[in-house]
Amino acid sequence: MWRVFALLMLLATPLWAVQPDEVLPDPVQEARARQISQGLRCLVCRNESIDDSNAGLARDLRLLVRERIVAGDSDDQVVAFIVSRYGEYVLLNPRADGSNLLLWGAGPLMLVIAIAIGLISRRRRSNATVEQLSEAEKARLAELMRD
Amino acid sequence: MTAELGHFSLILAFAVAIVQMIVPMVGATKGWQNWMDMAAPAAMAQFLLTSLAFGALVYGFATSDFSIRLVAENSHSAKPMLYKLTGTWGNHEGSMLLWVFILTLFGAMVALFGRNLPDRLKARVLSVQSAVAVAFFAFLLFTSNPFLRLVNPPMDGQGLNPLLQDPGLAFHPPFLYLGYVGLSVSFSFAVAALIEGRVDAAWARWVRPWTLAAWMFLTIGIALGSWWAYYELGWGGWWFWDPVENASFMPWLIAAALLHSAIVVEKRESLKTWTILLAIIAFSFSLIGTFIVRSGVITSVHAFANDPERGVFILAILAITIGGSLSLFAMRAGNLGAKGVFSLVSRESALVLNNILLVVAALVVFVGTVWPLVSEMTFGRKLSVGEPFFDTAFTPFMVALAMVLPLGAVLPWKRASLGRAMRPLWGVLAVSVALGSLVMVLQTGTRMMAPVGLALASWLVLGSLADLAGRVRLRKLPFSESMHRLRHLPRADVGKSVAHIGLGLTIFGISAITAWQSEDIRIARPGDSFQIAGAVSSYDIHFDAVNEVEGPNYSATRGDFTVTSNGKMVATLHPEKRVYTVSRMPTTEAAIDIGPTRDVYLVIGDAQDGGGYAVRSYVKPFAVWIWFGAIVMALGGLLSLSDRRYRVAAGARRRQHQTQPAE
Repeated sequence: MWRVFALLMLLATPLWAVQPDEVLPDPVQEARARQISQGLRCLVCRNESIDDSNAGLARDLRLLVRERIVAGDSDDQVVAFIVSRYGEYVLLNPRADGSNLLLWGAGPLMLVIAIAIGLISRRRRSNATVEQLSEAEKARLAELMRD
Repeated sequence: MTAELGHFSLILAFAVAIVQMIVPMVGATKGWQNWMDMAAPAAMAQFLLTSLAFGALVYGFATSDFSIRLVAENSHSAKPMLYKLTGTWGNHEGSMLLWVFILTLFGAMVALFGRNLPDRLKARVLSVQSAVAVAFFAFLLFTSNPFLRLVNPPMDGQGLNPLLQDPGLAFHPPFLYLGYVGLSVSFSFAVAALIEGRVDAAWARWVRPWTLAAWMFLTIGIALGSWWAYYELGWGGWWFWDPVENASFMPWLIAAALLHSAIVVEKRESLKTWTILLAIIAFSFSLIGTFIVRSGVITSVHAFANDPERGVFILAILAITIGGSLSLFAMRAGNLGAKGVFSLVSRESALVLNNILLVVAALVVFVGTVWPLVSEMTFGRKLSVGEPFFDTAFTPFMVALAMVLPLGAVLPWKRASLGRAMRPLWGVLAVSVALGSLVMVLQTGTRMMAPVGLALASWLVLGSLADLAGRVRLRKLPFSESMHRLRHLPRADVGKSVAHIGLGLTIFGISAITAWQSEDIRIARPGDSFQIAGAVSSYDIHFDAVNEVEGPNYSATRGDFTVTSNGKMVATLHPEKRVYTVSRMPTTEAAIDIGPTRDVYLVIGDAQDGGGYAVRSYVKPFAVWIWFGAIVMALGGLLSLSDRRYRVAAGARRRQHQTQPAE
């Protein structure tokens, strides 16, 4: 349980996520900053976005995001900038490329396979019943033929 | 002395479990009645001994016996009694003891309520149940003994994490464990059935109540945890897709699938192999969940290495249980034989689709949860999988499930006509689509969450009501006659509709809070007023005063706020920022005015340098429906559980068996 609690402690203190003094004056820019922050991981926390975290590093990142937005970067540019500095570990939304295609494709792929298995086994079952009948008939047919 | 007594009971229980694992199984194979007969009393003995051990530990916590290491490390004499008691399971060893305590409780309940079970099946079920217990007793005794004494007891304990000193979290683990461990019964029934080589409607009828109970407890446990997060963590987040949450969510999804597939076995003797497999998977996910939480392997590979003994032990239990049961499944499943052919459009097909969606959704959660680990070890790519992934990858399955649910629920067995089944639902569909469109037109922004979520919620709730109305021929018969019919509908059918309505309500709450929440962050001084716009109406918040207050084991900064709306008084709220005396850990106590259409959620933070306090306020529309929906779901389960068919029919069947030889 201790690790759960350690996690809960991390989760719990982050009340001071976005501080009043960080908020950008332009509400549109601020909304963009919030949106971006929600997709970036607080590197020293567990499974927490910088938007939710109170860690000092998260605050630095939040300020950095806002700095880039004010400087005129697009959302993608901001994210790319942060990733170039901290690596893709910082992305809470893993990129859909390379080996990650397995991750993103897992759901749809499993769904297709599951539906296929479902359809095949249903058909096989109904065929099996039909075959049983026809086998009995075949036996009878063979008997008749022998006579 | 009590600690030694507890320790000794635990060892005795371990011994009983070993005997109960072997003797009844041999008896069942050889047909030795008296060997089989010992299963039930052994299960009772095992339960009593484990309760004694558990009681001894609770006693140690209650009396703050700091000579017990676990108590010294996790409790404190100044804690309120309630949290001393619940602190028993607020740590690794204690929570594992609770785990086996509940495991043996379920074993004893099978022994007690299973009088109608055929002797052989009962002996095997209890033997398998006991095999699981053996593994966990060994785990406790050899790696996680809760009863270790300290040579030099400290004057006082080190305290319990203040976050856990909360009723929501105090009772979250027991419910969760009742759910997790409850699935062990379905598992034992599945393995016993594989050994017997026989699955029939009666088997499904025995298994379903246990699965239902486990699922209900899981529902309540997860809801409690989420509710706790909502009010305690300070910004109203209620679900984080954290590995620990996912660990409880996966068994919930699989248990929901199992509930539905067992219906098909019970009513149509179809899907037998699949249901057995699901029962195994469901408990496997419980074990995997325990492993994830206990070993910390998902947090980081290093956390696992810090405590390799425990991690490896649980991994071994996992491998043996899952591997063993799946091998048994592979060997024996072919012999079970399926009956019941069904057409593509039928209740059976709808339930298969339900199962596919739930199971694939659970697997998506699983893949997402373990992916960081897999990716780092296999591809050398260190990455995170967080909320955005799960929102995108998981939600479509739930949307699809909600879309087909009301129709699937009314389809007849075996062969159905879509046109006829849809007839009572067209109106509901029209209303739901209209509602969704209305929301889409009214709302600003282009997010689809609210319109789709609302349309689905209405489709689920009204669709389930329409089903019930059709069953009692509402408006076709006099009202009193309809009500009379409603009372005499099988409880399981009413439970089904109620549970589906609950799902609709939860979906509604989730969509509303996600789409329409509003937030305000500012520095405020006592005397300040500000306004926050909600989805329905806006609220004026007046910051009256700040006080320093002393609690039993913490001191707090408490803000007094008055909330009004259009000049009308709404509530006075007192958010606190607490510092617990022992741990020096700060926590926040949000103040929430809960209402059916919105929660007003206030949080007070640190004093600012220039005077004033950081104040965050939120209006969270329809938040309470998330948990209310969960309660309704659990209630549906309870109604279904009370169906007399589960009590009477299984017994009646047995009595017929008994009378036959006498003839």
